[in-house]
Amino acid sequence: MHEATIAQLSQALQNRRVSSRELTEHFLSRIARLDADLNAFITVTQDEALSQADAADARLATSKATPLTGIPIAHKDIFCTKGVKTSCGSRMLDNFISPYDATAVAKLKQAGAIMLGKTNMDEFAMGSSNETSYYGPVHNPWDRDRVPGGSSGGSAAAVAARLVCGATGTDTGGSIRQPAAFTGVTGVKPTYGRVSRYGMVAFASSLDQAGTLTRTAEDAALMLQIMSGNDERDSTALPEPVPDFSKALGSPWENITLGVPDNFFDDGLNSDNAQTVREALSVFEGLGATIKDIHLENVHLSVPAYYVVAPAEASSNLSRFDGVRFGYRTEGVEDLTEFYMRTRGEGFGAEVKRRILTGTYVLSAGYYDAYYLQAQKVRKLISQDFARAFESVDLIAGPTTPTPAFGIDQKTGDPIQMYLNDIYTIGANLAGLPALSMPCGLVDSLPVGLQLIGPHLSEDRLLKAAHYFQKETDWHTLVPPGYAN
Amino acid sequence: MPLSRHDVEKLCLLARLELTPEEMPDVAAKLSDIVTLVNQLQAADATGVIPMAHPLERAQRLRKDEVTESDEREHHQKNAPLVERDLYLVPKVIE
Repeated sequence: MHEATIAQLSQALQNRRVSSRELTEHFLSRIARLDADLNAFITVTQDEALSQADAADARLATSKATPLTGIPIAHKDIFCTKGVKTSCGSRMLDNFISPYDATAVAKLKQAGAIMLGKTNMDEFAMGSSNETSYYGPVHNPWDRDRVPGGSSGGSAAAVAARLVCGATGTDTGGSIRQPAAFTGVTGVKPTYGRVSRYGMVAFASSLDQAGTLTRTAEDAALMLQIMSGNDERDSTALPEPVPDFSKALGSPWENITLGVPDNFFDDGLNSDNAQTVREALSVFEGLGATIKDIHLENVHLSVPAYYVVAPAEASSNLSRFDGVRFGYRTEGVEDLTEFYMRTRGEGFGAEVKRRILTGTYVLSAGYYDAYYLQAQKVRKLISQDFARAFESVDLIAGPTTPTPAFGIDQKTGDPIQMYLNDIYTIGANLAGLPALSMPCGLVDSLPVGLQLIGPHLSEDRLLKAAHYFQKETDWHTLVPPGYAN
Repeated sequence: MPLSRHDVEKLCLLARLELTPEEMPDVAAKLSDIVTLVNQLQAADATGVIPMAHPLERAQRLRKDEVTESDEREHHQKNAPLVERDLYLVPKVIE
């Protein structure tokens, strides 16, 4: 059962060839058998999942089922889930039981999707390797001595190991696409505002966006169809109507022009990864696409701009964790300021502390213009570069990451090396563009991701291009060794 | 640009974030590296560029100033570490 995609299982459920209870029990037993070595889950919600499955089976007997009714999924532990622990990978929220559902969670629940649990992640989504989690690192199913990427590493590893059919994730600087690339799955970050951020623990509010990790673009279309759309509870959610993504996938191929930025094939890119990505581009050429070389003038400034904007917003967002209303609280301190400082010092991990202090630094008196304002100007320049490129190309294509998955502990001592992992993904966040990563080959027996970036609100075009690529190739069908059965 | 221990202590107070003496040297060194990284921005010529406030250049939409949420104090206070007579408790601030 676990070898099938969401699209296939959806058919099987609707035709009553399998029940949601059978599916749910099957995936729960895989989690019980295989997750001890992966650590992809922080919480498994077995009882809730089984009762949801029974409700889904009842619904499948009526005419009210959706394509996701009865499909087992998981949520990144950054999404608030009513009555279930929502830790965000942090000691600070280790005891937090969310009193409400995030909009994305509520929509998937209403569609009848079954939540199997909450997936591990870098603490407050700050990391590119899943090593900053309070609950320990997630292991990459392709090689358990390697990282699965981050911050949505638990979701990516769970989908790759077939512990779940699909999972939610969030992407602030690459946190869906980079782990998707490292684990050989399809990861989609929609346009900023396409999916409501209500109930998603905030990291950097002008960059955060919810999306999906699935095996195929076809499955991503099914999940995003449910998750997308306006929300009166998120004033940044986009009011534009959501197109029928599955219909877009099924429409005939039209010849498109893919822009390939020379900046994405720089010295930092592993030569085997570069070769793999170039071969993937030739698949698109075989489909009739035109490949055009482009140059993004300011994209090399993405990483420094991001490490001003994101920490600045994080330092403000994370000021809510004060030990008073919810979350971790220190003991035995008499003075209020000392109480706040001790609570936060004990509740947050090292990377989160670095980001809060970086954000405080760039926003402090005398530095604001030189850092924050300058970063927002550079962000505009980067955004204009993309807009100019999209005047002559339909999509931009290139690598998702500079290398395949690296080893656990290999980069933890050097934050700058860790940050540079997101060099190709951050640009799309700064400009609010939709982007995806899909598997396009193996290097040293590890998956490599091909990234596609589109103009604002072009998810249908992106998903269609990915779907046609996946019809021509079988990289997305590869199972990590040891996880086929 | 190296940050001194004094610089980091000042940031910690502003951010209400305590570091242990063991954490301090490592944080100071790594923050200095991060500041060096973000200083690359100074080389960009952004004269006359209007800073980007929203990724899609949208204005924040407003809703009517009406009460939409019901009182769920009891529900929310279940997550509070310390509550007495419906009030959140903090260390004493008035002598």
